[in-house]
Amino acid sequence: MTQSVVVQVGQCGNQIGCCFWDLALREHAAVNQKGIYDEAISSFFRNVDTRVVGDGGSISKGKICSLKARAVLIDMEEGVVNEILQGPLRDVFDTKQLITDISGSGNNWAVGHRVFGSLYQDQILEKLRKSAEHCDCLQCFFIIHSMGGGTGSGLGTFLLKMLEDEFPEVYRFVTSIYPSGEDDVITSPYNSILAMKELNEHADCVLPIDNQSLFDIISKIDLMVNSGKLGTTVKPKSLVTSSSGALKTRHKKPFDAMNNIVANLLLNLTSSARFEGSLNMDLNEISMNLVPFPQLHYLVSSLTPLYTLTDVNIPPRRLDQMFSDAFSKDHQLLRADPKHSLYLACALMVRGNVQISDVRRNIERLKPSLQFVSWNQEGWKTSLCSIPPVGHSHSLLALANNTCVKPTFMELKERFMRLYKKKAHLHHYLQVEGMEESCFTEAVSSLSALIQEYNQLDATKNMPVQDLPRLSIAIILSSENISPGSLQFL
Amino acid sequence: MSIVTVQLGQCGNQIGFEVFDALLSDSHSSQGLCCKRENEAYQASCKERFFSEEENGVPIARAVLVDMEPKVINQTLSKAAQSGRWKYGQHACFCQKQGSGNNWAYGYSVHGPRHEESIMDLIRKEVEKCDSFSGFFIIMSMAGGTGSGIGAFVTQNLQDQYSNSLKMNQIIWPYGTGEVIVQNYNSILTLSHLYRSSDALLVHENDAVHKICAKLMNIKQISFSDINQVLAHQLGSVFQPTYSAESSFHYRRNPLGDLMEHLVPHPEFKMLSIRNVPHMSENSLAYSTFTWAGLLKHLRQMLISNAKMEEGIDWHVRPPLSGLPSLGKMSLNKDLHFNTSIANLVILRGKDVQSADVEGFKDPALYTSWLEPVNAFNVWKTQRAFSKYEKSAVLVSNSQFLVKPLDMIVGKAWNMFASKAYIHQYTKFGIEEEDFLDSFTSLEQVVASYCNL
Repeated sequence: MTQSVVVQVGQCGNQIGCCFWDLALREHAAVNQKGIYDEAISSFFRNVDTRVVGDGGSISKGKICSLKARAVLIDMEEGVVNEILQGPLRDVFDTKQLITDISGSGNNWAVGHRVFGSLYQDQILEKLRKSAEHCDCLQCFFIIHSMGGGTGSGLGTFLLKMLEDEFPEVYRFVTSIYPSGEDDVITSPYNSILAMKELNEHADCVLPIDNQSLFDIISKIDLMVNSGKLGTTVKPKSLVTSSSGALKTRHKKPFDAMNNIVANLLLNLTSSARFEGSLNMDLNEISMNLVPFPQLHYLVSSLTPLYTLTDVNIPPRRLDQMFSDAFSKDHQLLRADPKHSLYLACALMVRGNVQISDVRRNIERLKPSLQFVSWNQEGWKTSLCSIPPVGHSHSLLALANNTCVKPTFMELKERFMRLYKKKAHLHHYLQVEGMEESCFTEAVSSLSALIQEYNQLDATKNMPVQDLPRLSIAIILSSENISPGSLQFL
Repeated sequence: MSIVTVQLGQCGNQIGFEVFDALLSDSHSSQGLCCKRENEAYQASCKERFFSEEENGVPIARAVLVDMEPKVINQTLSKAAQSGRWKYGQHACFCQKQGSGNNWAYGYSVHGPRHEESIMDLIRKEVEKCDSFSGFFIIMSMAGGTGSGIGAFVTQNLQDQYSNSLKMNQIIWPYGTGEVIVQNYNSILTLSHLYRSSDALLVHENDAVHKICAKLMNIKQISFSDINQVLAHQLGSVFQPTYSAESSFHYRRNPLGDLMEHLVPHPEFKMLSIRNVPHMSENSLAYSTFTWAGLLKHLRQMLISNAKMEEGIDWHVRPPLSGLPSLGKMSLNKDLHFNTSIANLVILRGKDVQSADVEGFKDPALYTSWLEPVNAFNVWKTQRAFSKYEKSAVLVSNSQFLVKPLDMIVGKAWNMFASKAYIHQYTKFGIEEEDFLDSFTSLEQVVASYCNL
C-alpha cells in the first residue's frame, strides 16, 4: 500500500487540512476498532513512539502508539497554525513539519510566490524530503490551498514546481478553492490567474471548488434538517458537514461546515485505495482514466448523499436517487452544470453496500441524459469500496472531466481583465523583484489557451458520432483447398 | 498431470479463489451419483491436477498469486485459509506496494521487467512441485493494468522459458460500459500480445455472465462475487476430471493438452468460449428435472445462434443447407447470423450420460469446410455428476462467438486512438503509437479470419 503526504498552505489550506485530519482520525477509529497500526492507517499517518527523542521513533506494525499526520503545514502568518497547535489536534502534528512566518503575504501572489518562495525554498524542500523519507512508497502529494489570497495561492503554487522537480514520480493532486464572485479580496482575480498558470503546468490533477457552492450545499442541508419535514429522521452523525465524533466537537467557525465537505471529498477520493472492495481504484488510476490530455486535468466533484435518513433498509429508489443527485448542479462543489455540458470522462467512486449491478443500472439510466465526447462515449470509471463513510451506509463521489468548468474560468478571466485594464493595484505586484507585466500577460494567455481547448470540445457537442474507417485487411485464399491461407495487410 | 494456475491482478485473484473453491467443493460433494470407488478416483484426479498435499492434509492450491498492490492478495489468502478446506501456499504470492494504475504500459514495460525474476522464480518453484506437469492456466482481466500488462509480459516469458508446456489464458472481457475508461486500449494491447504468445485464449465476458446472474439465477443485487462464482462453475465443469477415450476406468491425464488438441487446430484461431446448461439458482434446482435430449438441443441452438445463455435463444437461426458454398462472408450487422465453428468440445457429466445423443453436433453444416466433423467435434462423457447438477453439459467452442465483441472493442479503441486521447499516458512508459497500430493490425486480421470462415 502506498502513502500520501498532505501539504496545506495558507489560512484556507490549513483550516481545511485541520478538518481533514480530524475526520480522517474519526474514520480510521471507526474502522480499526482494535487499535492496530495497519496499512490503511499508514497511508496518512505515521505510528510514532513519543518516548523516543529525535527522529527514530517510527513503528511500523503492532498497536497504535501515537499517530502523526503525514503533513506539512505552511503559512506565512502564525494565527491559524498556532491555533491548530493549541487545539485538540495538537498531538497529531509533528512540530518539525511546520513552516511559518509572521508578516503574511498581504493577499499578494507575488509576495507568496517570489518573496516567500525564495526565502523558504530550502526549508520547504527539507521538510518535504523528510516526510517522503518516512514513507515506504510515496504515491501522492495532496496540496490544499485557496487561489484568491497570497500565501496559499502564491507559495502553494511555488511548491508545485518544486515537487515536480524533486519528486517527478509522485502525483500532485491539488484541491483549490476558487474565489466566488462576491469575494472580499479585491486582488483575488490577479492571484487566481497567476496561480492558474502554475496549476496548468505543474499539477497532475486539480479539483476546483468554490465557496459559494459549499455555502449553498450547507444552506440546503440546514433547510432539510430544520424544516421539520425530514428533520426527525435524519441521522445526525450522517451530515456530510458534521464533525460529530471528531475531536473538534463544535462548529467553532462558520467555515467549519464547509471545510468538512472538502475534507470528506478527500477521504472518499482515497477510500478505495486505503480500504478493500470488490473493484479497487488506486490514486494513480484517477489520473490515468480522467486525464485524456495533459492540459485538461480539472475535475469537477460532487458528493452524495448529503445526509442519510435513519431508515436502515435502503430501498433501491433511495440508492438510485443518490446517483441522480451526483449529476445535478446543486450537488457540485463548483458552480457548474455538468448535465448541460460535455463529458470527457466520469468516475463514480462508491462506498458501502452497493454492488456492481446497482452501479450499472444507474449508468444505463442516466447515460441518455448526459453528453459524452465522441471518442469516449462509454467513458465511465467505476470503483467499489466496501467500507462506507462514518455515519453513512453508502456514499458516492463523482469526479467529472467536463467542459462545465469553462464558465468558472471565463468569469475569472473577465474579473481579471476589468482590474488589469485599469492597472488597478498592479504596482503592489510589480514592486516585487522579478515580477513584470509579462507575468500577467503570460498567465492570461495560458488561461485563454485552456478556455480555447474547452471551446473546441464544446463545438463537437451536438455533432453526430461517426465511426471512423478502420484498417482494411485483404485476404488471399488459395483456390485448391480452402484453408485459412495467407493474410495480407493492405 | 498437474496444472499450475497464475492469478494476476484484482480480477485474476478474485476469480482464482472462486475457481479453486468450486473445484474442491465439487470434488468433496456427496451428490456425485456414482459409486464410492468412482468418487475417490475423481477426487484423486482433481487433487493431483490442482492441489498439492501438505503435512496435515490440507490441500494447497497449485497457484501463484501476483498483484502490484497488497489488498486483494491479502483478502484472497485469508478467505482461502478461513474456508478450512484448502489454502494457498504461504510463499506463493508476489506483491508490490503500488498498483499499475490501469495502465497496460506500466504493467508491461515497468512492473513486468522489474519483477520478472521474482515472479518467474515463484512459478518455477510451483512447477517443480508437480510430478508431472501439464501446463499453465493464467487468469487475468483485460481492462486493468496489472492483469492485462503483466499478464501479457508473463505469458511471453512462459513461452520463452517453458516452450514445451502449454499455456491457456483465461481472459475476462470487461463490461461494454464503464469499468475502466481506457479498457479498450488495454484490451487490444493485451489481446494482440497474447495472440502471439499464448496457446489458447478462453474468454469470459462480464456482460454475458451478468445476464446469467440476472436472468437464470435471479439474483437481485449482483456483486462481483456472484459473477465470479458463475465463472468458477463454468470453468469447473470444463476442468474437473473426465474419462479418457481409451479406457473408462481412468480419468484423462492431460486435460490442457487434450483441450488444445481438439480445439485449436490452427494457430490463427485461438479464441474459445464456454456455454453451459443448465444453470440456475439452488432453489430452482430442487424442482427441476432434465433430459439429455432437451439439454443438448438447447446447447446446440445456443451454439448455432450465438446465444450467451439458455434464456432468450433465437430458434429461427438455422445452419445453412449443406451443399451450398460456405464462402459467404459474415456480416457483422446481420442479426440472424449463423455461428460457424472451427471445433467444438462437449463435456457431459451425470446420470445416464452414456445414453446422451450428440449426433446433432456432428452436422457438417455447423463447421467450416477445412475440417471434417469427425475431427472438429469431440465429446467427453463422465458418469460422475458435477456440483449438485444431476446432469450438466458444457460446450467449449472455437467459433465465431467472439467476433462481434472483439470487433466492438477494436472499433471503440480505434475511435479513441484517432483523437489521441490518453496516448500520453502510454508513451510515458514506452508504448508508442506504432505499438498501438501493430495491435490494431493483428486484431483486424483475427476478426477478418474469423469472419471468413
